Amino acid sequence: MSAYLIKGVSPLGAAPTDLLIRDGVVAEAGSGLSAAGATVVDADGLVALPGLVDLHTHLREPGREDAETVESGSRAAALGGYTAVCAMANTSPVADTAGVVEQVWRLGREAGLVDVQPVGAVTVGLAGERLAELGAMADSAARVRIFSDDGHCVADPRLMRRALEYVKAFDGIIAQHAEEPRLTEGAQMHEGEVSTRLGLTGWPAVAEEAIIARDVLLAEHVGSRLHVCHVSTAGSVEVLRHAKARGVRVTAEVTPHHLLLTDVRAETYDPVYKVNPPLRTDDDVAALRAALADGVIDVIATDHAPHAVEDKECEWAYARPGMLGLETALSIALEVLGPRWDLIAERMSRTPARIAGLESHGVDPAPGAPANLTLVDPAARRVVEPGELASLSRNTPYAGMTLPGRVVATFLRGEATVLDGKAVR
Amino acid sequence: MIRHLLSGADLDAATATRILDTAAEMATVAGREVKKLPALRGRTVVNLFYEDSTRTRISFEAAAKRLSADVINFSAKGSSVAKGESLKDTALTLQAMGADAVVVRHPASGAAHRLAEWVDGSVVNAGDGTHEHPTQALLDAYTMRSRLGRLAGLSVAVVGDVLHSRVARSNVLLLSTLGAKVTLVGPPTLIPVDIAAALAPDTTVCYDLDAVLPTSDVVMMLRVQRERMSDSYFPSAREYARRYGLDGPRMRRLPEHAIVMHPGPMNRGMEITPEVADSPRSTIVEQVANGVSVRMAVLYLLLGGNNA
Repeated sequence: MSAYLIKGVSPLGAAPTDLLIRDGVVAEAGSGLSAAGATVVDADGLVALPGLVDLHTHLREPGREDAETVESGSRAAALGGYTAVCAMANTSPVADTAGVVEQVWRLGREAGLVDVQPVGAVTVGLAGERLAELGAMADSAARVRIFSDDGHCVADPRLMRRALEYVKAFDGIIAQHAEEPRLTEGAQMHEGEVSTRLGLTGWPAVAEEAIIARDVLLAEHVGSRLHVCHVSTAGSVEVLRHAKARGVRVTAEVTPHHLLLTDVRAETYDPVYKVNPPLRTDDDVAALRAALADGVIDVIATDHAPHAVEDKECEWAYARPGMLGLETALSIALEVLGPRWDLIAERMSRTPARIAGLESHGVDPAPGAPANLTLVDPAARRVVEPGELASLSRNTPYAGMTLPGRVVATFLRGEATVLDGKAVR
Repeated sequence: MIRHLLSGADLDAATATRILDTAAEMATVAGREVKKLPALRGRTVVNLFYEDSTRTRISFEAAAKRLSADVINFSAKGSSVAKGESLKDTALTLQAMGADAVVVRHPASGAAHRLAEWVDGSVVNAGDGTHEHPTQALLDAYTMRSRLGRLAGLSVAVVGDVLHSRVARSNVLLLSTLGAKVTLVGPPTLIPVDIAAALAPDTTVCYDLDAVLPTSDVVMMLRVQRERMSDSYFPSAREYARRYGLDGPRMRRLPEHAIVMHPGPMNRGMEITPEVADSPRSTIVEQVANGVSVRMAVLYLLLGGNNA
């Protein structure tokens, strides 16, 4: 195994120190460390964070390897400072059996750039009709704990109740894509002033809020864990705040794009801004930022959704929804939260690791901790160039924007996956 | 002059008035024995129609031909990303053929905007999804001006399925620019959210047709598709007709001078009764004739015919 001596790094913004990484753990911390044979990393001015953990990533393999593969998505993740990603189940075939989740898990191990933790589908084929073999996925080599039909809502309340109950047997969690399907038929963007002007069918906020309200009540009723994917509205924040105050075991995520962009982007009719749930309003963005700071929203998750050029370079209504996120998420967190490193570690590493049950992730870099960490240059600013991204796809909504922060190095179990801002392979 | 006509919002009052004035000159051509001007000789206008729309297509075709342009009709009905060539590839094809103007009708809102990014020539939006149909608004404004002598200060009631109407959106934008006051009338299910904020702040909404008739100078009836019924926008065609249809008794509540418009095609017996459609107040046939003049003016001005 390699050894790395990281010189002069600031762990979560604290006073600079040296970190010695050896045998997959942080072996020592302190000033003036030396270690024969260790690769020295000059980290002057850099901040060390526990490796980021993404609860919501679409890697597209199997099925759409033209848009992303486990390997290319893993590389994008490592470059974004991630050491673990949860791969969503809406592949082709759907990750609704032990066989498919083990395939994705194995591809992740082979790529070796981040830990790829597969998410299992809740229902067979994401069809929302009958439960997939959740226990078989949980018992598989992939040890699935998060189940989600993401991209589709588990709309049937009885099925949702059963799923919430059933996964208690193996401490599983249902991650719900909250979208009442009857209220969003044909929906193209947030329902409001802009959708009216553009003549695009609206996706009303209430379609999300109604499902979250129902699901927190169901989770409370059966005493189960619920996770809400990509919360996008101010009203959802209020429902979650109320549920948490009552002690419901609910956690929630917000995407970087919902923290930064609004529905006015659709005025270009460029489908790079088409996403589900859609970009909302300034008021929603403000409420989401406040909820992220005060903890009503627990994590930032990317909903990294690569799409091939032909699926975006077309009419808005025919384009597939989704945006890239892995390589820009930390920059957007910095833009939105500022250099509040402990908060960033909490929302992007510790809490998502805890929700996903990834015990070796989300641990602050200190002696004895697993060496899953990332080094960030907070002073750097960079212009997002789609062609420079490691993802196979180019559908970033941040093209041309100048964003703060740059990931300089990432370590997975003590091995560098990114050095000098470049993936090691 | 603007390069593309994609939205009623592309037109300021001066430009819109110039188009209407030019259309009035073009209209004199229609009265001649030889209905043709040489203004666009050697220029190519492509009619790119992804939806069936005989009346709009032949209106643009007649307009281009009266200006001596070469016209290519490209019917791509049913085409989509899934079924065939992408819009971008079609755009590049038209570009390579040297289209000076592309008139596009498309079922997807924003398709004309996308097309305008991919071709060098002028793009005229001939209706994109439920977004806009700016030449319809221009011909409607032209018709109002010819019948009533002015646009500023007119009270215009636009009645029906505003939610799905590209005609309504373009009309609200253009009429407000030209100083008319628009009231949108229909069941609440068919009025889009935040419409005044979205389009023009002085637009008002009223759910009661009878209340707006006595003060309206113009009533514009929109086509209401019967299929909306199955989506629960309203309970039945009969109930819709009772509450929002324009029949003889309602027409007689209008001021003497008021006119009745419809962009066509009409559902007789649904939003409008034959008595109203065929009455002297109805401008429906004039609208068709005016459509050709207005589209001549648009093509002429967009293609720089004024500099020729």
